[in-house]
Amino acid sequence: MRYDVVIIGGGLSGLTCGIRLQEAGKNCAIISTGQSALHFSSGAFDFLNKLPDGTRVMHPLDAIKRLGGNHPYRKIGEEKIREYVADVQDWFGKSGIVLHGDVEKNHYCLSPIGIIKSAWLSFDDFEPLETADAFPYKRVAVANFAGFIDFYPRFIADALAEKGVECRIEILNIPAVEKLRTNPTEMRSANIARVFDSEAQLENVLTLINDLSEEVDAVILPAVLGLSSVYPLEYIRKYSEKPVFFISPVPPSVPGIRVQKRLQERFVELGGTFFLGDTVEKAFFDGDTVIGITTNNHSDIQFYAEQYVLASGSFFSKGIISRSNEIYEPVLNADVEYDSQRDNWFCKNVFDVQPYMSYGVKTDTGFHPLRDGVPVRNMFAIGSVLSGYNPLEEGCGSGVAILTALHVANTILISD
Amino acid sequence: MNLQQYNISENNFEQCIKCTVCTVYCPVIPVNPKYPGPKQAGPDGERFRLKDPDYFDVSLKYCLNCKRCEVACPSGVRIGDIIQMARIKYSHSRPKLRDRLLANTDFVGQLSTKVAPVVNFSLGLTPVKSVMDAVLGIDHRRTFPEYASQTFEHWFNQREIKKKQSAFKRHVSYFHGCYVNYNYPQLGKDLVKLMNAVGFGVHLLEKERCCGVALISNGLIEQARKQGAQNMAAIRKSVLDEKRPVIATSSTCVFTIRDEYPHLLGLDNSDIRQFTELATRFLYRLIERNEVKLVFKEDYKQKIVYHTPCHMEKLGWSVYSTSLLKMIPGVDFRMLPSQCCGIAGTYGFKSENYETSQGIGQSLFDDIGQSEADFVATDCETCKWQIEMSTFVPVMNPISILAEALDEEATMEANKEFCK
Ligand SMILES: Cc1cc2nc3c(=O)[nH]c(=O)nc-3n(C[C@H](O)[C@H](O)[C@H](O)COP(=O)(O)OP(=O)(O)OC[C@H]3O[C@@H](n4cnc5c(N)ncnc54)[C@H](O)[C@@H]3O)c2cc1C
Ligand code: SF4
Ligand code: SF4
Repeated sequence: MRYDVVIIGGGLSGLTCGIRLQEAGKNCAIISTGQSALHFSSGAFDFLNKLPDGTRVMHPLDAIKRLGGNHPYRKIGEEKIREYVADVQDWFGKSGIVLHGDVEKNHYCLSPIGIIKSAWLSFDDFEPLETADAFPYKRVAVANFAGFIDFYPRFIADALAEKGVECRIEILNIPAVEKLRTNPTEMRSANIARVFDSEAQLENVLTLINDLSEEVDAVILPAVLGLSSVYPLEYIRKYSEKPVFFISPVPPSVPGIRVQKRLQERFVELGGTFFLGDTVEKAFFDGDTVIGITTNNHSDIQFYAEQYVLASGSFFSKGIISRSNEIYEPVLNADVEYDSQRDNWFCKNVFDVQPYMSYGVKTDTGFHPLRDGVPVRNMFAIGSVLSGYNPLEEGCGSGVAILTALHVANTILISD
Repeated sequence: MNLQQYNISENNFEQCIKCTVCTVYCPVIPVNPKYPGPKQAGPDGERFRLKDPDYFDVSLKYCLNCKRCEVACPSGVRIGDIIQMARIKYSHSRPKLRDRLLANTDFVGQLSTKVAPVVNFSLGLTPVKSVMDAVLGIDHRRTFPEYASQTFEHWFNQREIKKKQSAFKRHVSYFHGCYVNYNYPQLGKDLVKLMNAVGFGVHLLEKERCCGVALISNGLIEQARKQGAQNMAAIRKSVLDEKRPVIATSSTCVFTIRDEYPHLLGLDNSDIRQFTELATRFLYRLIERNEVKLVFKEDYKQKIVYHTPCHMEKLGWSVYSTSLLKMIPGVDFRMLPSQCCGIAGTYGFKSENYETSQGIGQSLFDDIGQSEADFVATDCETCKWQIEMSTFVPVMNPISILAEALDEEATMEANKEFCK
């Protein structure tokens, strides 16, 4: 099978790259083992919340120059990044993804346990807060669906109480949601979301919210509305008597799944081919050039392309894999940045900075992965498969995924 | 004592990282709250079942074996296989008469073809359907696939057709499956026409048995294994001795032979697996290698939407069928979003599953209803029944569409160079 570009991995970075290339008239295939890390999204794209030394960042673009030279942002360069982010909100808008916030400045939102934390661009579900020190409402009802254990109203109420907010915890009893409790293990966000695809059920929940909101200034709900469209969110916002705030429960993340679906749909609408449930096994080389790849489902029928993009994610997605004494990249056996001493991979205290989080594939400054120190000429690596940054500590996972994807798409288009 | 022996399964449930992604994509959960879902029924439950088989939960029978959970899982856990293996190993319930009847597609087919007009007539009668529902638990709202009066094998074995096949230079064997044999021989005839046009002689296997998919899902494992072994012997003879690759027109038959035989029945097919595939994939490969050419009629004009059967999604092969369809100049093509139609073989025929089955497929039926398509293309016969019953839009196998759109003369001419 022949394409202009074959992308390995269909998460945020692979899809961003694929959509940009399809828009410019390229014919792309994305091959993806399974669903991506977007299913665990907190509900926002983070660009840079902290520097590696722990300093908080409010103006992320200005902070790029303070990152180490190996950081993906430094490889792209501040100037280029400013260019790419200028229209990034409109660009995601074309896929039907509304992003709140200002690309120049981080904002605040509520974490799953009610702590106010910083974010760059929040999904439609989450309304940005102006400051970290105060919540804009004095009396709040934190409501949860009866039996839904992936949401923690008590933590949220306690955290908000510290900011001087008076909180009440409320339980919403909705028979159609109750039915899910027949099977407690399936009382999960995505299944609750499906119940509210029906207009009648939305009306039910709206009535309950309005009933309990009489004596409060705002209502907090778990973000479990709108698996495939934002209609349920818009409906509640439009008809509720008091403002409704959403907070992410434990994954799977309904807003994240919606973003994944939207991007996938956009890619296919633009003529791209998405192969889900298939794994790229090997890349074949002629010197420093990839000549083809094989996959599990297609075996002897290989994929050929002018350019290849490795967007296979980190440990979670098996883009890189650890064995007892080595960490490797399975598709092309690219060079991986990691400490040769296993003891140094992680810290015993889980809350410390974990070195393994910044392990990943080594590339040159043009994002060509290295094999035995030699860059692969017609392949690029993007997103969380890359080394040189710690997405968890720095809060920059999505930013790196999006920016490296846009940059590589741009590089491919310019090279024509 | 070996501590590990109670924690390691033949399947790879240990790979599960508990991410819950699979539960988002199981088509049964939203319509049947009694089903525990892939994570619980699969890797989580397996951990318990290994300690004590009493943890086996009968609600595992609600699993459609559609494998959509496996397609979504980022860790490659064979969730569907774990669930089916658990049913095979731990279920004590003996298959009912109804399940035996539905499962034995070739036996029932043989009987029915002989008396096809009577069977078709009576299967369509309301009183007969009510009795079947009450006595057997086969839902009365189902329309039944019709039985043909002459089987495909019978047609093929007529002297002039069979004899013609040896005149070709290149050869394949055709695994037609029960559906083509008993219900819809036309698809088999279309395949023969298409393959002959591109210069391949078509042969039947020495002895073909039902692939066994329905036996597996209805718990008749020993019988499935026996038939599987017979099929493998026949395929081996064709592939290894006669050097004839085996092609099929049903995604489910191919999937069962390639993946369920080794995973669920313990039949090692590694020597023949890669030579057993769908006809559309076989043709695609040869077209890509420039060893086959298809020439189509100028005046063929149809609006077609393609539905991806679950096992096709798992195989990842819809690209072959759809690429071939897109080669027909007059086709206005659209891919339907990939989702389960709800029938899942014999599952949807059972009264207790009827509502679930139709509920799962509803959004697909709505989409097809609004599509204004002339017909739906799909590679699975049970999807065809389900969609035709639920939408009234006709459904065709891609091979039949290709055969209909084919300019037979021009194609034969174009393939002459490969047949020297
Ligand atoms: C649990 C978790 C929570 C996170 N939460 C946030 C958050 O809230 N905000 C944020 O900004 N960042 C978050 N991140 C960081 C996240 O990794 C990035 O934001 C971003 O989603 C990464 O996208 P990606 O496309 O690079 O990789 P992934 O999303 O991991 O996608 C990689 C894809 O490649 C596929 N793949 C792997 N190997 C192969 C192969 N050989 N062949 C074919 N396909 C293959 C995988 O199946 C997967 O679908 C989180 C990460 C994790 C793991
Ligand atoms: S998707 Fe795979 S890894 Fe995740 S819970 Fe399901 S089986 Fe486990
Ligand atoms: S095979 Fe299909 S029905 Fe069974 S658990 Fe997986 S997704 Fe659900």
